[in-house]
Amino acid sequence: MKRILIAAAGVLALSAGVAKATTLDDVKARGALNCGVTQGLPGFSSPDDKGNWTGIDVDFCRAVAAAIFNDANKVRFTPLSAKDRFTALQSGAIDVLSRNTTWTMSRDTTLGFNFAGVMYYDGQGFMVRKSLNIKSAKELNGASICVQTGTTHELNLGDYFRANNMKYEVIAFSTIDETVKAYDSGRCDVFTSDQSQIYAIKLKLTNAGDHIVLPEVISKEPLGPLVRHGDDQWFDLIKWTYYALLNAEELGVTQKNADQEVNSANPEVKRLLGSDGKFGEGIGLSNDWALRAVKQVGNYGEIFDRNVGPNSPLGIQRGLNKLWTQGGLQYGMPIR
Amino acid sequence: MTDASLRGGEPTRRWSWTDPKLRSLVLQGLLGIFLIGMAWAILANAQANLARQGIASGFGFLDNSAGFGISQTLIPYSESMSYGRAFLVGLLNTLLVAFLGIIIATIIGFLVGVARLSDNVVIKALASAYVEVTRNLPPLFQIMFWYIAVLAALPNPRQSLGFGIQPLLNALGDGAAAIGLAPLGAALKGFAASFGTPGVFLNNRGLVIPRPLFEAGSDVVGLALVAAIVLIFVLARWAKRRRVATGQQFPVFWTSLALLIVLPLIAGAATGFPVAFEKPELKGFNFAGGIRVIPEFVALLLALSIYTAGFIAEIVRAGIVSVSKGQTEAAASLGLKPGLTMRLVVIPQAMRVIIPPLTSQYLNLTKNSTLGVAVGYPDLFAIFAGTTLNQTGQAIEIIAITMAVYLTISILTTIVMNWYNRRVALVER
Ligand SMILES: N[C@@H](CCC(=O)N[C@@H](CS)C(=O)NCC(=O)O)C(=O)O
Repeated sequence: MKRILIAAAGVLALSAGVAKATTLDDVKARGALNCGVTQGLPGFSSPDDKGNWTGIDVDFCRAVAAAIFNDANKVRFTPLSAKDRFTALQSGAIDVLSRNTTWTMSRDTTLGFNFAGVMYYDGQGFMVRKSLNIKSAKELNGASICVQTGTTHELNLGDYFRANNMKYEVIAFSTIDETVKAYDSGRCDVFTSDQSQIYAIKLKLTNAGDHIVLPEVISKEPLGPLVRHGDDQWFDLIKWTYYALLNAEELGVTQKNADQEVNSANPEVKRLLGSDGKFGEGIGLSNDWALRAVKQVGNYGEIFDRNVGPNSPLGIQRGLNKLWTQGGLQYGMPIR
Repeated sequence: MTDASLRGGEPTRRWSWTDPKLRSLVLQGLLGIFLIGMAWAILANAQANLARQGIASGFGFLDNSAGFGISQTLIPYSESMSYGRAFLVGLLNTLLVAFLGIIIATIIGFLVGVARLSDNVVIKALASAYVEVTRNLPPLFQIMFWYIAVLAALPNPRQSLGFGIQPLLNALGDGAAAIGLAPLGAALKGFAASFGTPGVFLNNRGLVIPRPLFEAGSDVVGLALVAAIVLIFVLARWAKRRRVATGQQFPVFWTSLALLIVLPLIAGAATGFPVAFEKPELKGFNFAGGIRVIPEFVALLLALSIYTAGFIAEIVRAGIVSVSKGQTEAAASLGLKPGLTMRLVVIPQAMRVIIPPLTSQYLNLTKNSTLGVAVGYPDLFAIFAGTTLNQTGQAIEIIAITMAVYLTISILTTIVMNWYNRRVALVER
């Protein structure tokens, strides 16, 4: 028995010793960032027919890759269903999960993750057929609802219908395509997801015009990137890339003018772009990390507008996602 | 060791490496210790890693409330119940589809297997086509096919297809009138009017049937049913003993059927038919009341049964072909009719060839039921290894439990089938 204990302790010590390389080292050695995204959700992360990924969640990973490698294309995207995404991050198959994932306490604590910020403040909504003549979610008693499994939506449904003393039937599918197909074919009266995603999904229906989104928003869904527990430097790197994108917008640094702004007289801009201070070193990068990210991908506002904003096919207003200076919730922590 | 070696005063001989029995015992012991040590090390390592990453572990989560809804529940369930309860709901859903699937697949499989040996060219060709098509399309594809086909073909709840005694009697009445039996037609339609609206509906939310509500006195009917079954057993034994003794036949099958129907009927009449039916009614979006069979279940059950039946058909055919033609000829020369020859001579001998591969088809069907995830059927895999795993993040515990459950189901199936196999196996004399 003693010998087994010794052997086991040896194995343990070994594995503990080996596991010490940091995520950043791994990413650099690999030459690419492994980024978990959706299997296709326009505006957030979706591949075109040539396999090029676009969306705000995709652009965030590109910004990280630009900060590390000075090349926004050094990203390997792993499409994940809602159900499988957390296992992929826990097991180390991906370095960061950037997949419209709601920041909740249990995910942050018991699943062993750290959320780095909120790329998009959202809330859960409902879509129904116009022909049902329904104006409010309060009229949904007895409805059949299609939802994707492994989401916060499954749980919110339970809360909302119980709180309002209504009954419902939930059909949970593992992929978004199956969920949408079932709703489209009439299996369900209602499709539910984050409201932003409903607009994206509406575009996929046979007759987008036959469906309406109900006014109620039944939950808080702060969507953002997350990493594994246990590597604080990597967590910092992801978190501060997000803040850098916000600060860039606030300070008027854009993809176009970033190179000139390096010589700006504004000390805040200088610290952001690395012409003053040694802030990049703190996250294991060179000091112009944020300059690289903004130059290649744009600031937060540019990313938002390009992918989901009023001029994109989704046509979503900034709303809660405006900067704090404009009455929204987006607030970049100071770089100093 | 042997007495001789002990008496010979050669104790070292006992530990000699040249003794193959001892050597293998020692080696196996060492291997066993090594494997246990490895398993322990892996477990400890996993535990330490989970703790370091701050991932919860242990089985305490089974008591936490699940929070999500489930579309098909054979036992009462609500969101406020525990993950443990959700696990049970999923397990029962898996068992339901596997059990019914095995029964249906066996029936179709035997029919098609026998049909492939038919002398009738058309039947033979149809059976061959069935086998080739169902065996060669992936089961996932077949599940999706049935789901989409079922959903696409059916109307929404407000335009449901209604079935019941009333439409049936009306149709019969029309038919009677059409062939010139006007009074009978009128009588049938009048009788139809005494029934309410139809109680069975079919739409893209599933098949809705009335729910029987058992009132006081229904236990008498239940008792009558049990009594009938007991009587049938007694009857069968008596008939067999009489046949062996006197050679006289007794129509056991028909008598049993009559007992099974008549006894409960008498009890029902005596207690004033204590069963009421809760009829489904269209309320808002869906039907309320009654029992609903959801399309996800229907699609999965159809696909699994039809797919597996293709394999079973081949197994049955091979089994029958394996019985030598001499057996059939011998039976015929004894004067047995072809039907009896099949039942009493061929099938019992074919069974011992059929059962072992049949068992693995049953296991395949059960395991394939996990493909129901694709159409949103809430089986154990979807509910537990899917939603619960995602919600709690406790992959190791949940995968271990899920594996243990499927393993147990498979082993139990195998035990039952082996027991049956031993019973029907040919006893060599
Ligand atoms: N924000 C929610 C839902 C995220 C989610 O998975 N949304 C679905 C739409 S309902 C989605 O993006 N599906 C795309 C896919 O699975 O590829 C959560 O984190 O649980």
